[in-house]
Amino acid sequence: MTPTEELNSLMNWMFSEGLLDQQFQQLQMLQDASNPDFVSEVITLFCKDSEIILAELTKLLRDQPVVDFQKVDAYVHQLKGSSSSVGANNVKLACIHFRQFYEENNKEGCFSSLNAMEREYFRLKDKLGTMLQLEQRIQAYESSKHN
Amino acid sequence: MAVDAETQFHVLAVDDSLLDRKLIERLLKTSSFQVTTVDSGSKALEVLGLREDQPPEHNEIEVNLVITDYCMPGMTGYDLLMKIKESSSLRDIPVVIMSSENVPSRINRCLEGGAEEFFLKPVQLSDLKRLRPHILKGKSKEQEKENTTIISTSTSTTSSSGSNKRKAIAIDEDLAPNKRTRLRFSSSSSSLTLV
Repeated sequence: MTPTEELNSLMNWMFSEGLLDQQFQQLQMLQDASNPDFVSEVITLFCKDSEIILAELTKLLRDQPVVDFQKVDAYVHQLKGSSSSVGANNVKLACIHFRQFYEENNKEGCFSSLNAMEREYFRLKDKLGTMLQLEQRIQAYESSKHN
Repeated sequence: MAVDAETQFHVLAVDDSLLDRKLIERLLKTSSFQVTTVDSGSKALEVLGLREDQPPEHNEIEVNLVITDYCMPGMTGYDLLMKIKESSSLRDIPVVIMSSENVPSRINRCLEGGAEEFFLKPVQLSDLKRLRPHILKGKSKEQEKENTTIISTSTSTTSSSGSNKRKAIAIDEDLAPNKRTRLRFSSSSSSLTLV
């Protein structure tokens, strides 16, 4: 497979698995010659934000004898917002599920969706990393052709 | 005042999330707006020339529209809306509110408070197409205000006929057809149809 074929295959897979949704395509449409790094910049911001939030959530869940679910919910609200803005579909869904469980006072549901949030985030981060690498390879090949 | 399609309007975007600021800035620039982004309602008021507990200053920067997130720490988007609408110098600036949450009571409250539109996040390029008519409406309101002031203070006939011409242009702009596609949450519809 050429890098382009690999990239297309990866993207199709990510969309069909729900790692990404249509909002990500909106981001791609906003990238152009005058803003060639827009998508990677947004991804970088998203990853930075998400990891800060996940670290705070870990502190709230593991370091406290009693979990302050209100604080947890506030962080999840933030993560839901940024994952929605970026098209990180499965992460967003995990956040939505958490908030539903929180409203129902379902502690087990809360913990399981928090685990899902973390799992889905790192799964996405990994694939986004591959995506960016493939794009760089394609970019490098394209510019070498013109030299 | 002839406003051609290419006039660059200046939008002030307010959001405490850096990610969302980056996004809205790109969306607005792609839609040919000049953009200033700030991370809080209080910073927005500074840009608008309105400082807390002080008389309003003359605006250094002209802002044609404010688009703000609803959920922000400290001053919410609704609080900012109220401050703008309470200010005699700023009240004609159209305000649009964005939120990631679809809460009808919140939406109604904002629209009743004077917001022109309520956008659900993530905001789309197509949403921003709805901004220009609000800006033009805001500008014609400003023009009418100026004309009213001119008519009441003018003594010579030349200036009043000049201002009548400006008023006529303002009215024409008001009558310009607004292309509306799907009505979402807009204060200018006669009934609040939530699509």
